Amino acid sequence: MTQLTPVLSAHWDEKDSFTIEGYKRHGGYDAVGKALEMEPDAVIQLIKDSGLRGRGGAGFPTGMKWGFIPQGDNKEHYLVVNADESEPGTCKDMPLLMANPHVLVEGIIIASYAIRANYAFIYIRGEVAHVVRRLQQAIADAYAAGHLGKNIHGKGFDLELVLHVGAGAYICGEETALLDSLEGFRGQPRLRPPFPAIAGLYARPTVVNNVESIASVPSIVNNGAEWFSAMGTEKSKGFTLYSLSGHVANPGQFEAPLGITLRQLLELAGGIRPGHQLKFWTPGGSSTPMFTAEHLDVALDYEGVSAAGSMLGTKALQIFDETTCVLRAVLRWTEFYKHESCGKCTPCREGTWWLVQILRDLEAGKGTEADLDKLLDVVDNIAGRSFCALADGAASPIISSLKYFRGEYMQHLNNGGCPFDPIASTKFEAAGSR
Amino acid sequence: MTPEALTEVEMITVVIDGFEVTVPKGTLVIRAAEKLGIQIPRFCDHPLLSPAGACRQCLVDIEINGRAFPKPQASCTIPVENGMIVKTQLTSPVAEKAQKGIMELLLINHPLDCPVCDKGGECPLQNQAMSTGRSESRYEGVKRTFEKPVAISSQVLLDRERCVLCARCTRFSDQIAGDAFITLNERGALQQVGIYEKDPFESYFSGNTVQICPVGALTGASYRFRSRPFDLVSAPSACEHCASGCSLRTDIRRGKTLRRLAGEDAAVNEEWNCDKGRWAFKYISSKERIATPLVRGEDGELHDASWPEALAAAAAGLKGKRAGVLVGGRATVEDAYGYSKFARVALGTNDIDFRARAHSDEERDFLASVVTGLSTTYADIDKADQVVLLGFEPEDESPIVFLRLFKQVRKRGLPITTVATIASRGTKKLKAKFVPVVAGGESAAISAIADLTEKSVILIGERLGETHGALSSALALANKYNAKLAWIPRRSGERGSLEAGAIGNLLPGGRPVTDAAARVDVAAAWGATALPSEIGRSTSEMLSAANGGELDALVIAGVDPLDISASALTDLLNTFVVSLEIAHSAVTAVADVVLPVAAVTEKSGTFFDWEARPRSFEKAIEEAGTRSDVRILSMLADELGAPINLPSVAATAREITALGKWDGAKPSFTSVSGATSPAVNGDQAVLSSWRLLLDLGTLQSHEPNLAGTSRKASAHISADRAAALSVTDGDLVKISTERGSVVLPVVVDEIADAALWIPRNSEGSQAIATLGNVGGVVVSVVKA
Amino acid sequence: MKSANSFSPEQLAIMDAIIARYPRSRSAIMPLLHYVQSISGYVTPEGIEAISAKLNIETAEVTAVSTFYTQYKSEPVGEYHVGVCINTLCAVMGGDAIYEAAKEHAGIGKDEVTSDGKVSLERIECNAACDYAPVVMVNWEFYDNQTPQSVRDLIDGARNGNPPAPTRGPKSLRTWKENSEVLAGLSDGLAGEGVQAGDPSLLGLKIARGNS
Repeated sequence: MTQLTPVLSAHWDEKDSFTIEGYKRHGGYDAVGKALEMEPDAVIQLIKDSGLRGRGGAGFPTGMKWGFIPQGDNKEHYLVVNADESEPGTCKDMPLLMANPHVLVEGIIIASYAIRANYAFIYIRGEVAHVVRRLQQAIADAYAAGHLGKNIHGKGFDLELVLHVGAGAYICGEETALLDSLEGFRGQPRLRPPFPAIAGLYARPTVVNNVESIASVPSIVNNGAEWFSAMGTEKSKGFTLYSLSGHVANPGQFEAPLGITLRQLLELAGGIRPGHQLKFWTPGGSSTPMFTAEHLDVALDYEGVSAAGSMLGTKALQIFDETTCVLRAVLRWTEFYKHESCGKCTPCREGTWWLVQILRDLEAGKGTEADLDKLLDVVDNIAGRSFCALADGAASPIISSLKYFRGEYMQHLNNGGCPFDPIASTKFEAAGSR
Repeated sequence: MTPEALTEVEMITVVIDGFEVTVPKGTLVIRAAEKLGIQIPRFCDHPLLSPAGACRQCLVDIEINGRAFPKPQASCTIPVENGMIVKTQLTSPVAEKAQKGIMELLLINHPLDCPVCDKGGECPLQNQAMSTGRSESRYEGVKRTFEKPVAISSQVLLDRERCVLCARCTRFSDQIAGDAFITLNERGALQQVGIYEKDPFESYFSGNTVQICPVGALTGASYRFRSRPFDLVSAPSACEHCASGCSLRTDIRRGKTLRRLAGEDAAVNEEWNCDKGRWAFKYISSKERIATPLVRGEDGELHDASWPEALAAAAAGLKGKRAGVLVGGRATVEDAYGYSKFARVALGTNDIDFRARAHSDEERDFLASVVTGLSTTYADIDKADQVVLLGFEPEDESPIVFLRLFKQVRKRGLPITTVATIASRGTKKLKAKFVPVVAGGESAAISAIADLTEKSVILIGERLGETHGALSSALALANKYNAKLAWIPRRSGERGSLEAGAIGNLLPGGRPVTDAAARVDVAAAWGATALPSEIGRSTSEMLSAANGGELDALVIAGVDPLDISASALTDLLNTFVVSLEIAHSAVTAVADVVLPVAAVTEKSGTFFDWEARPRSFEKAIEEAGTRSDVRILSMLADELGAPINLPSVAATAREITALGKWDGAKPSFTSVSGATSPAVNGDQAVLSSWRLLLDLGTLQSHEPNLAGTSRKASAHISADRAAALSVTDGDLVKISTERGSVVLPVVVDEIADAALWIPRNSEGSQAIATLGNVGGVVVSVVKA
Repeated sequence: MKSANSFSPEQLAIMDAIIARYPRSRSAIMPLLHYVQSISGYVTPEGIEAISAKLNIETAEVTAVSTFYTQYKSEPVGEYHVGVCINTLCAVMGGDAIYEAAKEHAGIGKDEVTSDGKVSLERIECNAACDYAPVVMVNWEFYDNQTPQSVRDLIDGARNGNPPAPTRGPKSLRTWKENSEVLAGLSDGLAGEGVQAGDPSLLGLKIARGNS
């Protein structure tokens, strides 16, 4: 009856899963050999045929992205892996890289070969020292084993792979901000066009892919496009990592075909924590409009979630039960967006500053119902007006919470304060704050 | 892009608010709208900076071939496309609300301190808040506060509370000036413009950021709290400092210049100027200005005199005497023409020279034979396949030329080669190929340059004339490749003075003194029977003649003797001197008669920039009551009984036009063989120098805020010399000649071992005054 | 642009090696800033000036970058820099209470350092370990499933020079400076230590195995 399909996570329970020996034990780096026997265009076609879509949130078809790189242009091409996993609730790439960094390295070799890149970068967020160590070691071991460097596997393909460690900036998960950051500038988004496929890193054609997308490539090369596309739904093919967190009995990672529902996942995870009920949840991080119990049966694929008014995002399922004050949650996310706004554009920089102040007042029970309308109007002046999607993300929790929980906002105003006990929602509620 | 390609730009037609407009491909929507007279509000947009799309004030609705963008787009970032329909705030409620929303957000953290803000009354934020903002703010929160204002240099103040983070200033500094000394720091709502605290915003071009700041965040220290825009009268003007030719705007209140701004001239300075042009004008209103004519009495002192008294005294000293004329390098064309005619008609001599600096006969011949015929322009730099700089430091000596070069380097990697003693900051910013020379060795270095084409441009600075044979080598190089040549003097008046014949071998319009037909031409126009036919004395020849008793008198205008030589002032002591000056100076101190003249704001006139492009300006200050040199010369000529009939600047300009340019043969140029560098022993070096843009120049006086940003003087020596002297960066060395010495901190640089470079006229480093020379001589260098 | 004279030849050689990783030198600015922190504990003026000199960019440009990223500190932090996740999920699951406990126990506020220089405190955003909430990071090592008491113990251990080991990390906690070296891309050889995955990471896999 299981809907789970562990592929990326298949060997995470082996103590040495992160080592090159552990990886090779299960056929690691065989896919490189296979891919290097193919024409690069054939590799791109394979990924196109598989239906793999970007796992970083936007869901853009990976093979198509690779296909956008102009060929025969006599320019350097670059592959940049986005490992800046920072979207609140998102916690799939870090455990993946902790447990199996080599699958990413192998995917990078194949992807670089396909797009004719001889230089690749992993941009990893800086707040994860041990994941950095694991990747450093994996890259060093891959070099030593001849999977990186000059004339890989004797097939004449050269690839340098550099691990670039970030330093604390959510915005660097946005691909053009990431590129500016990698070039040594402030991580602020760039104007598009030109798109990275034409002028990305150092103004050269560049593919930017999420960790999970690239890590999925070796399995597709090994098992074929049909194997991959047999999983998932019509337009959302394959398997993916769903991350359950919050008020569930057993939080954790679940690798399943796209299209599974939260109800199914909750069944696997032992449900909401005992004695409590689901109140609201995010399908793919805090930037995706929140859902409630009425959305338990929404198919968690790109189309299903979108049709229900949110986005699949990073499949970061943050679960909150009835002890959670939705205003507190929304305020905290808004504070996050304010903290992480890069400052480049007016609506995001000034708007998040203002929204925090409005929400603080509302949470404290100050204001009237008219302030809710003002809040929505200010959000309307921010969402869709900013340089990049960060401000749209900031708008999502506010709009969606007002949609489902306007009464709770009013309750704060009528009460003159927050009616919730924050300790009740903690993991150590029984012990309290001792 | 080739010129051919430029003419074939595809035209695109779009519809904006219902009106069709056809514009070149690549035009941004916001500018296409301007063509229709539709003003879309904006802050970060600036036509000369790369689009940022940051402020989001210019949001409009756009559809292309029936497909609408799902959300409003920043019209400053989107180029027009065929089939595009744009709806601005005038026709789209969505765009209108979007713009109002942005304006409200821009104002939530703005201090709204317009009543005490310098920008009030000319503030794009204020104006657009009126057109696009709400009458009442809905913001009830806490405003972001910063310490205000902070001085980011001695001349620019930053008020971060007023800043809207449009990044115009930081983009200008990085993209236009190449001086990324100010940056956006921190992030999010705390993002702010700033410097690295130990390195102030000491860019030669910093004032432009004050001008393009769309709010009152950046203000100039010298103008702060001095005036309100509505109290100012603006006059278009031309910069008197260098030969770049900047168009300026001078703002006057009650007869006093309060500020100067860069004017717009796409062909010359675009919309920029340098800080010297912007801020060095206090000399005009200084206490040293001369109010009335002065005549030296029998007591040896200067005494106030009436104009008739003074003119009579001057005439008495000049009449029937052997006299010469030193024009200085800052005369307008009209004034220079006045001196030119005055020398020939009233004094009967060709002893006239505008070169108040190191000069040579080779240079004089080069100017007459070559420079008068040159037509190289800024546009040639834009189109050049490479540029060679000879004896020329554009950032210091003609800063707008520098900006033009930098623009092409940044845009298309224009290759530049420079022959110089050290690789200056400007050279590094231009990524120029540096050909190091020891002073004296320029000719050989120039002759070794190869692979130019007819699209190459050779820019010669006036300093190249300081080495014998170097101009000859430069000309040979240009001729060899048929490359374009330009001569870029440092001062604003030199090119015009050359054209006006304020030099011993030329009459106005480039007419050779030695050509009888040319003399007849001019004599006829002037109603003179004959003009002197001998080539006149040069500046240095006149000075030694004055000292030697071969000249009885000199008429001197706008000359600092220390620009010429260490002995120039003493040369004047035994001769009758008529000084036409704006302010008390070394020359007025020894003059017998002093005739006060108008400063640049007080007169009309024309400068020729290095391209010989006329830069005409009208009188900005009516109240001054001072007169242009030419008017005074005309009165003096009348007094001498040899009228020159130039009663006004306008009349002079008409006469210049009527006389026209010489179309006869130019004198042929006789090539001079190249010098070599002098030999030096261990503790000796060959001196090189040039003037930094900001230094002790007379016209920069009385402006400490500007002076505070000048580059500090240091002596540049090679690593080997540093090792031999056991010094490193910052240690002091003493540089001496027989005349004197300077002590300067060392910069160990990429420089020939035999060479040494110091600034020519900076604080602590005045080459002529202390060492008696500006370059090419052997000095001794020891650890101080 | 300034000189890099404040650093030893060995340190300058490491900087050069960091720069050599990249096709264009300016890309090295972030690892160089991490490296400066590994030497000085924070981004010092000397560090900014050295990077400016090494990369041939203005000091202002280095400042612009260093102040953009929260991991670069303009003031010294503690030998053990404690970051309590206060983003929504961790906050709700107990992060807020943990932060208050840490603050009270260490006697310091946000971005402050204990007088012995051992511990500093930061409110951090989501650190990609939500299935281990509430999460605390010390010198960017994972401390999973924390409680107010576990963080009090952690602070005590840090101040006594005997901090508990990270949940998923090396056998013993390294100092701020030591870990900054790792972030600069220099190996400390500890990649092999610690678990390959914590239980939540393995939950789906275990269920799948159990069911298959």
